[in-house]
Amino acid sequence: MIQLLAFYLFAFVVCASGAMTILSRNPVHSVLWLILAFFNAAGLMVLANAEFIAMLLVIVYVGAVAVLFLFVVMMLNIDFAELRAGVMRYAAVGVALAVALVAEILIAVGAYSAGALQLGRRVAPVDVKVPNIEAIGQLLYSRYLFVFEGAGLVLLVAMIGAIVLTLRPRTDVKPQKISRQVQRRAKDATRNVNHPVGQGVEL
Amino acid sequence: MITLTHYLVVSAILFTLGVLGIFMNRKNLIVILMAIELILLSVNLNLVAFSNALGDLVGQVFAMFVLTVAAGEAAIGLAILVIYFRGRGTISVEDVNRMKG
Repeated sequence: MIQLLAFYLFAFVVCASGAMTILSRNPVHSVLWLILAFFNAAGLMVLANAEFIAMLLVIVYVGAVAVLFLFVVMMLNIDFAELRAGVMRYAAVGVALAVALVAEILIAVGAYSAGALQLGRRVAPVDVKVPNIEAIGQLLYSRYLFVFEGAGLVLLVAMIGAIVLTLRPRTDVKPQKISRQVQRRAKDATRNVNHPVGQGVEL
Repeated sequence: MITLTHYLVVSAILFTLGVLGIFMNRKNLIVILMAIELILLSVNLNLVAFSNALGDLVGQVFAMFVLTVAAGEAAIGLAILVIYFRGRGTISVEDVNRMKG
């Protein structure tokens, strides 16, 4: 009973904050609503016995992705009032598409509930004695090892791509050239003079 | 008792909100990226719900990979957004016609 109550709470908040994400006028508020949606989705996943995914959602989405969004929103100097100008122009076609989509999904769910799909053998059956994180770890490092490393490669390529895209040569700054500093020798930079007393120096 | 259908309905609502968000915010690329994140979140919710209902862990492993791709997509998308804003001074999607032949 308490589970059902928690489910409805999380589900309501996740839907409401998702709606506020796409409807709020200020993109900073959108990001904050998105963070709330992620937190509540993590709660839903805890209710579905997926503790690891819930933890990952909080750490990766809230800790990294949402903060990245927040940085970009605050970094770009955007006129927010101008951005909202044409919203209502597309609202009609958007709502029509959304209604069609919901109808299709409900038909699909109905077909699934009616037993239209035959499912085969379980690939990795859940063992209630093994904790969720341990079971996922064992699966990731054995059966899905190559896929796991592929995921790491995807992240590496994304990181390099983001750096390469945003890197630009700056002409208005004087950066430190460490290689030239290290290459510089004392004999290139200094000279010894035996200067007579009282005649001033020549530079 | 929480059934699979409960999760599927929540996930369908989230997915539709994401699609609606793409259509509503044609001028704001940042909110479109956030709507895509909402869509991927609903997909993850679906995978986890089915994983729980069928007693099969593979759904959760797959949800992890979806999460990885979503993180990479957000990073690349925001990088493109930043360089686009640098060049044009706007993030309106309607103005993206520079690549037209």
